Amino acid sequence: MGYSEKVMDHFNNPRNMGEIENPSGVGTVGNAQCGDIMRVYFDIDSDGIIQDVKFKTFGCAAAVATSSMATELVKGKTVQEALEVTNQAVCDALDGLPPVKVHCSLLAEEAIHAALWDYAEKNGIVIEGLEKPKTDIHEDEEEDEEY
Amino acid sequence: MLRQIYLDNAATTKVLPTVVYEMLPYFTEGYGNPSSLYDFGQQARDTMDKARESIAKHINAREQEIYFTSGGTESDNWALKETAFAYASKGKHIITSSIEHHAISHSCKWLEKHGFEITYLEVDEFGLIDPETLKNALRPDTTLVSIIFANNEIGTIQPIKELAAITHEQGALFHTDAVQAITNIPLDVAELDVDMLSASAHKFHGPKGVGFLYIKKGVKTRSFMDGGAQERKRRAGTENVPGAVGMAKALEICMERFDERVELEMRLRDLLIDRILSEVPYTRLNGHRTKRLPGNVSFCFEFIEGESLLLALEQKGILASSGSACASGSLDPSHVLLAIGLPHEIAHGSLRLSIGEDITTDDINYTIDAIKEVVARLRVMSPLYEDFLAGKKPISATK
Repeated sequence: MGYSEKVMDHFNNPRNMGEIENPSGVGTVGNAQCGDIMRVYFDIDSDGIIQDVKFKTFGCAAAVATSSMATELVKGKTVQEALEVTNQAVCDALDGLPPVKVHCSLLAEEAIHAALWDYAEKNGIVIEGLEKPKTDIHEDEEEDEEY
Repeated sequence: MLRQIYLDNAATTKVLPTVVYEMLPYFTEGYGNPSSLYDFGQQARDTMDKARESIAKHINAREQEIYFTSGGTESDNWALKETAFAYASKGKHIITSSIEHHAISHSCKWLEKHGFEITYLEVDEFGLIDPETLKNALRPDTTLVSIIFANNEIGTIQPIKELAAITHEQGALFHTDAVQAITNIPLDVAELDVDMLSASAHKFHGPKGVGFLYIKKGVKTRSFMDGGAQERKRRAGTENVPGAVGMAKALEICMERFDERVELEMRLRDLLIDRILSEVPYTRLNGHRTKRLPGNVSFCFEFIEGESLLLALEQKGILASSGSACASGSLDPSHVLLAIGLPHEIAHGSLRLSIGEDITTDDINYTIDAIKEVVARLRVMSPLYEDFLAGKKPISATK
């Protein structure tokens, strides 16, 4: 598949995989039709620091690895810092992804945002710069097949 | 060293050493061009003829009915496109199935763009075509019907003889893509009464880049390649002499051991199917339980995705394939799995294992244990499984 060693490491030994009971925020993005779904759980303390984060992913190795890496990158950060973790940062931390798999990192970014959105809504706060996440990142994609 | 278990024989097979030895002299010694008039060239021609005769014998055809090609894809393209045009004055309607290999289905798409009308027959949950559906789809302007003999993904074997007979009642021609079927099912073109049949050497331990198209005497078809007068003026291009020799040898060896090989593969196939279905919950077998290729096993494991399954199995030395979107590089899972009625999310969790004759019972048991472990690990990671366990919208109600 042409995955980097880091991708394979995170696929084989995913960090932060699991669930959080009574999470401060939880977000699910993707769609089973397209073959990838990510769910991120946050435990955020009263200072707005992400004390714990967990994920669950249905998808390819890249989807699992990007979820794992994205959760690593936001753990211990403030909500505002977590918002600044981009899909590019996730890709870079994994030493890159094959071009056809870059959308997986977008999904990971989106899953983080969805969980932050849920946290903001539950607590009646506004996180500056956070937009309501799309639940399905495939909406804009079209398959181009030629004969 | 990590043990390697090759369970992707439907993708390609190992070239048998005997086949390689048989081919070797035609690279460095008997390398003449069969079209050359001198004896050195004519020897190469004789070699081609012998290979042709041997292949013809194994499918009960006449040697002048075997045309060498570059493989299954070329044979399928040729059979579909050139026969469609050769009979276009009679009609422009062609019938095929919804579970064909892309070499057929994409050729059909191409024909649609060039003025032909294609009917794609639906299949049942096992991937079988009901002969009645074909009967109802045939029209006076139908010139050609093309049905895959045995499906490459789910292994389902079609009632080809019956389908060909129905086609002939309406005066149309019948082609079958037998790329997976050859050497796994006895093929007798006279008894089956098919008009054209495609095959590819690398699926039965021959070399890659060579195949053949059987064209029954009397069938009109145009040349697919323009150029020299090779292959009775029907397929231009200097012949792949070593390839033809290798294909003939591979076919001969496979047919010599037909009974014991098929019996072994079926025994291992059934062991794999029975144990996985009983030991891994929320699993379904794709295709028909008995009307299937001896070495084909195809499962869908709910709540998980095929590419990650393949990758995790590869790390245990097991090489297989999947019809998931990620594994195929498109957004949709395999058209075959969708055609048998699977929802997308289940089709994404597909795994195909194709057994070859050097696989042992021990290999299969090791594979079963590996599948159980990997499927369990991926399910724990899956939000779909989490939702299912929590009683939220189960995807489907199997088992």
